[in-house]
This record gives sequence, structure tokens and C-alpha cells, in this order.
Amino acid sequence: MSATTFNSAPSLPADWRDFLALTKPRVMSLVVFTALCGMLAAPDAIHPVLAFTAILCIALGAGAAGALNMWYEADLDALMKRTAGRPLPAGRMPREAALHFGVGLGAFSVLLMGLAVNWLASAILAVSILFYVLVYTVWLKRRTPQNIVIGGAAGAFPPVIGWAAATGDVTLLPVLLFAIIFLWTPPHFWAMSLFARTDYANAGVPMLPVVAGNLVTRRRIALYTLPMAAAAIAPWPLGLAGSVYGIAATALSLAFAILAIDVLRNTATETARMKPEKRLFGFSILYLFLLFSALVLDAAL
Amino acid sequence: MIPGEDPVRTRQKSRAVVMALGLGAFAALMYAISIVKMTMG
Repeated sequence: MSATTFNSAPSLPADWRDFLALTKPRVMSLVVFTALCGMLAAPDAIHPVLAFTAILCIALGAGAAGALNMWYEADLDALMKRTAGRPLPAGRMPREAALHFGVGLGAFSVLLMGLAVNWLASAILAVSILFYVLVYTVWLKRRTPQNIVIGGAAGAFPPVIGWAAATGDVTLLPVLLFAIIFLWTPPHFWAMSLFARTDYANAGVPMLPVVAGNLVTRRRIALYTLPMAAAAIAPWPLGLAGSVYGIAATALSLAFAILAIDVLRNTATETARMKPEKRLFGFSILYLFLLFSALVLDAAL
Repeated sequence: MIPGEDPVRTRQKSRAVVMALGLGAFAALMYAISIVKMTMG
């Protein structure tokens, strides 16, 4: 697949499934889950119809950000095996269609959130979309290995939006939930970028393993695990969550740290021997699901 | 897909169906939100 194929007009109109693919449904599922947990952990109840609307808006906003990311990165996606089959690099959709779809969906989600739920949640949703598209995708991703460190903030907004939708304000607990995802993002993505290094190098994306090497990346993964674990456990001693959450957060963070140490000990450079990295990447997703589940369970008890 | 039907037409039809379902769901959601807002005062 050449890098210019996506600019030629497709012979068929894009299928609706291609528009769905633009929204990155797998990423969206984690966004929806953390937003729902932020909403359920909030002390105020929200009417189920408004709760559904808020979650729908967050999902559509995340989808819009994904579509705009794919629109901007179509040239990069064409160069990487992992992303070459996406609708734009595969030539199944004209590039402008992704732009129009992303802008329309984003504006719709922000307006609906403001009109139906509240304008604070709407404003944070708008900031999260703009942050992902302008700060991460356009500004940071191709320029610095700190791309996902700063860009990780975009994925950390959903529980804050969920909380703001339920309560109309933002307190310390949603800020801590933001911090957990913000500090979780670098080790999660760096684990993947270690075994997908060739792909990133071929596309010229300055991910940490490409720029600084595997050893530095493995050390940073271990280093970031510490503040991430501290942020994850913090709601317990601060009295913002009970012992169910505290014990779960401690155990999960300990497991994360053990897997991060396995990664640190690994010296492999070939993808086939990067089992600890793949294990940490897989566990990091489970970690976030279980941590936020424990928070909701704890709030319900 | 009807055998022999133009693939462009088939693709347009499937997109129109999805769009119609989406708009229908949106209308129902707006109705539900309006009722909730009215009952909440």
C-alpha cells in the first residue's frame, strides 16, 4: 500500500462499517467504561435517561476524536502494518469524509451534552476532544517521544466528564481518577511500542524505544509504575474510597509492578521474545477495568 | 443484497438504513430527555 493511495477516490461509497471503524470502537469501550465508573462513583444520582445521554455523548465525542485522528494520520497509518487496513489508508473512503464525520460528530456530542446534561460536562468533553486532536495528534505525536506522556491527558478526561455529568462539579476524587489514567498511559503505550517498535520506526513516529532505545523505555515503564500506583491507592488513605477499593488498588498495583520489573529484566530486542512486554500491555488494560470496577463496587457498599 | 443489483446502490441503501435508524433513535432520545426535563422542573 503506497502512502498516496488514500488520496485517490474510492470506486464505491464508504460502507457504514467504515464510519464505525473511524470511531475506534475498542478504544471507545474503555472510554465509556471509565466514564460510567466516574458517574457511578459520584455521590449524586442522575436520572437514567440523562445518564444514558451523557455516556452516549462521551462515546460519540471519543468516536469523533478517533475519526479526526485517523483523518490527520492517514499517511502514517498507511506505513504501519497495524493500521494499514483502516478505512483511509486502505482507500475505502475519501479523506474529507472522515474530516466531516469527525467534526460533525464532535460538535453534535458537545452540544447534546450541554443542552441535555450540563455545560460543565460539555466543556470538559470539548476540551478532551480538542486536546486529543490538536495537542496529541497534530502537535506532539510526530515531534517528541513525550507524545503519550502529555497526550495521555486526553484519555484521562472521561471519568471526570462522567462525574461532572452527575454532580455538575469536579472535586478531588475525579481529579485523582484523571491522574490514575494519566500516569497509567505511558507504561501502557510504552509496553506496546517496545514490541511494535519496527512499525513506529518505519513510520518515523518518535516513540520512546525508537528515539531512546529499549533499555531507557523499560526503565521509564518501571519508573512510571510508582506514581501510577501511588495515584491509584491514594483515594483510600485520603478517605475518598473504602477498604474494598484500597485492597484491590494495592493488589493490582503490586501485580502491575511485578510485571513491570519482568519487563525491566528482559533484554530481548526481537518482538518474538518480548513476552513480558506483551503480558504487561494486556494486563494494563485489565488493571484499569478492575481498578475502576473496584471503585464502583466500593461506592455501592 | 438483491442478485444483480448495482453495488453502489446497495452500499447507498445500507448507509441510508443505518442513518434512518440513527435519526429515529435520536428523535426517541430527544423525546425522552424532554419528558425528563419537564418532570424535573
